[in-house]
Amino acid sequence: MTPPKGKSAAAEAETKAPAKKAKARKKGAATASAKATAQKAPPARRARAKKAASAQGTRRVEKPAREGFIPRIVVFACNWCSYAGADTAGVSRIQYSPHFRIIRVMCSGRVHPAFILRAFELGADGVLVSGCHFGDCHYIFGNERAVEQFEKTKALLKILGVEEGRIRLEWISAAEGVKFARVIDEFVEQVRALGPSKLAPPERELPQKAEAFADVAALAK
Amino acid sequence: MEATTPVDARTLREANAFLCLECGKCTSSCVVARYNRSYSPRRLISQALGGGRLPTANELSICLTCMACDERCPSGVHFVDLIRELRRATYGAEFAGNCSHGGAMQSLMKLMTADELNQERLGWVTEDLKITDQGEVAFFAGCAPYFDAFFTELEVDTLAGVKGAVKMLNALGLEPVLAPDERCCGHDLLWGGDVANFERLARKNVELLKARGVKAVIFNCPECYYTFKADYAKVVGTLPFKVKHISEVVAERAGELNFVDDEGEKVTFQDPCRLARFAGVVEAPRQVLAAAGVELAEMARSGKGAVCCAGNGWLNCDRFSKEVQLERLREARATGAATLVTACPKCEIHLRCAMNDPNLGDEIKMEMRDLTSAVASRLNGESKEVKASSTEEK
Repeated sequence: MTPPKGKSAAAEAETKAPAKKAKARKKGAATASAKATAQKAPPARRARAKKAASAQGTRRVEKPAREGFIPRIVVFACNWCSYAGADTAGVSRIQYSPHFRIIRVMCSGRVHPAFILRAFELGADGVLVSGCHFGDCHYIFGNERAVEQFEKTKALLKILGVEEGRIRLEWISAAEGVKFARVIDEFVEQVRALGPSKLAPPERELPQKAEAFADVAALAK
Repeated sequence: MEATTPVDARTLREANAFLCLECGKCTSSCVVARYNRSYSPRRLISQALGGGRLPTANELSICLTCMACDERCPSGVHFVDLIRELRRATYGAEFAGNCSHGGAMQSLMKLMTADELNQERLGWVTEDLKITDQGEVAFFAGCAPYFDAFFTELEVDTLAGVKGAVKMLNALGLEPVLAPDERCCGHDLLWGGDVANFERLARKNVELLKARGVKAVIFNCPECYYTFKADYAKVVGTLPFKVKHISEVVAERAGELNFVDDEGEKVTFQDPCRLARFAGVVEAPRQVLAAAGVELAEMARSGKGAVCCAGNGWLNCDRFSKEVQLERLREARATGAATLVTACPKCEIHLRCAMNDPNLGDEIKMEMRDLTSAVASRLNGESKEVKASSTEEK
């Protein structure tokens, strides 16, 4: 699991720490929590974490092994609010679940049903779409379009028999780093409870990254 | 993206391409080539024969596979087969298509290949429709539930056609099996080159129908019908059941149905390519309309010479497609009919979409209905047979 891209190094270290109840933390608090984790972890793991930390000269803490299913979650975040909200969560050093891939779109209204269906086709277990609050949209009414598109996707997935809990629409502003972390944590837990998506192709059939986006790359040529 | 690999001889032989006279009838009958001057089926064939380049991905996706060229070809060259084979051979490498609707339809079809699928596709079945779970006759509803959920802004009602078909089967005394776990027939995957996923869908559909003890399957969608009839056999061998289009079933037994006596509205009929040219079902829909007392005003080009709705398996939609659709709608309006009846949900979707052209306003607007819904709405209460059987029970 790679942490979401586009975050500062500090935020990256944070997201690797165990998921806890999201609370805005100051620098000192984050260090304390990292120490606490190292003490709680089993001896072998603690030694390894210590070694890794000393090798890099940082206080990087390894993620403790999590039992069971780790969901694949795709997050479509709008450029103006939600993606900046994710950044806020990062720079505020909020600890939250790292089990998601964030895709920046210029507007949540751009998230066509095809995007969400394609995510499920490529093995996603859940998809979150996040945009600006009503009235805050950079394009005035883009998020209203997002609602229309999302409702359409919901209807299609309902016929397809996909659990409603696997998709979610949220409004997160650039200032709401705390909300971003909370929504991600909630959604990851919700999808984890639902288990792996039945629509996901077998692991061996999942296209490699380069292959999956070959057509996109072809379009860009 | 320019593909340069030469087309292999086997592909050309199977499509009868070596018989090409280069007469150019294919290009002159191609509705796309009328508007898109850079596209020419004749040139594509002659280039392929000359050991030249493959058609580009764009040229491959432009073809509507409507078969108008095959119909006119004096030497029996199967241009659409050549296109289909080339799409298959280059799928994933050169050919990905410029899938319309962002590829949503392709994704839906691929998602339906999953082993465990718990679809809720029978939400449209109202109480007045009699259906069953096990039996000899099945009705294959196709993707209509998905279409209606997806094309909300076009206000299409493709489910009306499916409901009309079930209503007519009920009137004929049949209670069709409707499988809740039915998959997409895979027509568009096959024609888009994705044969692996098409075969998965084909196997699953045949298995699930077989498991319900089905001896005959009736279709409303011409694409499902033709795909089952012609392409499933290549995957699963001989089908364990018979396939029939609803218009064939109703035309055969039209005498058993009671229609209202008043004069029906004047309609015109858009022949779907898969029904008329591919499956050769031209007369049956007309007989059904006549039996229901609907007056039919034929368009200038109809039957096997009908013009395609210009939607080709969700592969491509460009300004030339729009031109073809406008041409067809003008032709339909010229008949003086108030309603355009078609037998294919895709014709309805594509022509309705073209009607939304804001620059043309009412010039091309028309009422559109599915054949089965237009005919079923003229059914007069119960049919003779149903009446007879209910008196026997008493």
